[in-house]
Amino acid sequence: MSANNDSIQKTLLVAILLCLVCSVIVAGAAVSLRGKQNENKANDKRSAVLQAANLYEEGKPVADQFKSKITARIVNVAEGRFATDAELQEIRQAGFTVENFDQKKSSKAPELSRALAGSEDPASIKRLEKYATVYMVQDGDNIEKVVLPVHGYGLWSTLYGFIALEGDMNTIVGFGFYSHAETPGLGGEVDNPKWKSQWIGKEIYDDEGNVAITVMKAQAEQGNPHQVDGLSGATLTSRGVHNLVRFWVGDQAFGSLLTKLKSQGA
Amino acid sequence: MSDIKTVITDPLFSKNPIAVQILGVCSALAVTTSLQVTLVMCLALTSVTAFSNTGVSLIRNHIPNNIRIIVQMIIIASLVIVVDQILKAYAYDVSKQLSVFVGLIITNCIVMGRAEAFAMKNGPVLSFFDGIGNGLGYSVVLITVAVIRELFGAGKLLGFEILPLVTDGGWYQSNGLLLLPPSAFFIIGGFIWILRSWKKDQVEAPDFKIQPNTENSGGH
Repeated sequence: MSANNDSIQKTLLVAILLCLVCSVIVAGAAVSLRGKQNENKANDKRSAVLQAANLYEEGKPVADQFKSKITARIVNVAEGRFATDAELQEIRQAGFTVENFDQKKSSKAPELSRALAGSEDPASIKRLEKYATVYMVQDGDNIEKVVLPVHGYGLWSTLYGFIALEGDMNTIVGFGFYSHAETPGLGGEVDNPKWKSQWIGKEIYDDEGNVAITVMKAQAEQGNPHQVDGLSGATLTSRGVHNLVRFWVGDQAFGSLLTKLKSQGA
Repeated sequence: MSDIKTVITDPLFSKNPIAVQILGVCSALAVTTSLQVTLVMCLALTSVTAFSNTGVSLIRNHIPNNIRIIVQMIIIASLVIVVDQILKAYAYDVSKQLSVFVGLIITNCIVMGRAEAFAMKNGPVLSFFDGIGNGLGYSVVLITVAVIRELFGAGKLLGFEILPLVTDGGWYQSNGLLLLPPSAFFIIGGFIWILRSWKKDQVEAPDFKIQPNTENSGGH
């Protein structure tokens, strides 16, 4: 370690060279691996859709399963119908792709979303997207299952997930989150398969067509088709889940789509 | 050659970075609930330590003394980002579970400690193997902790059921405490205790001795 290492010139030279070399390495890794990472992310979402629809088969490539079983359609949320060609054009013009529509990102684009006032925003999502991708399992023209993307705020984080409904647009087939940052062991138990399995067979709407599905503070009443147990030690996460499910199946979001799909053809 | 052997084997037990130097304990608590995640973490840390040691050692004669810590940090941080990117591309599920802890390798005292204490004074080859050795020393402790925690906490190893749980119709009542962070403290404590009963030279001399209690000294 000679003394001239500590001269100002040498210090600057070493610092600059090192930063250059390191940034090239980091940028190289990020760029060369991006394709693979995006594919992983897309597959993660696809497997969440398949799992919600209860169609996931272990061991088979997710992309193939998804392609053969699921039809993805972009939906105009407020109007409750599939997006028209003009609307798909609007999405492309805003810099999004239709095939891999990034709903999360679109909530930040002013032309593809609108701000929600506090009173109409129980799920604390701040902005509601104009379009969303809805996934369907079809048998010919008949819709067997529909998988809706849902999200909302829990305790620490926004939970992103899917809720799948039977063809009657009322009975739940499956429900789960693919991305959240709730406390592991407490709110993080939203990932618990046992808790998730309770949702299966529950009904969203009561006989009058009002949203009735409820996450209880404690235990659900035995045999009640609209109630789900809360998570113990996770009151705020449970409340968040309650709010977000009710919001997304309600009139502001997918309610009108579901009504239309039920009376067939959107 | 014998140098390389010592720098690899010494950190395993006699100079173990966690048990003897008590470095890098934070990640040992956080990622050891499942063995699979732990193995990936160990691999990530070992490669970062080995390559950051090599990098620092290669330019050790040119590092200006007054920015040497920053230089080490830049090298370590770059390597950690590369490792994180690779995990996201090839081990997506595990990287999701490890979340921030891969990034936190940057602040892991073992990596930095080895760069400062060893790589600044030794050649690149020896430094590389020193990094491997210390990574393995870290791994020994983490894997031990993870095996105990996953086996007795969840009845599984690497996700395979070993002890059938009562909740799934088996006989084993799982120990939930083992899945919470404090249990790792107890297990690491136990590990250090056993290690020190085996290698007596690791026992530190007490900082002070309590005087024998005599009648004269207990006056007031």
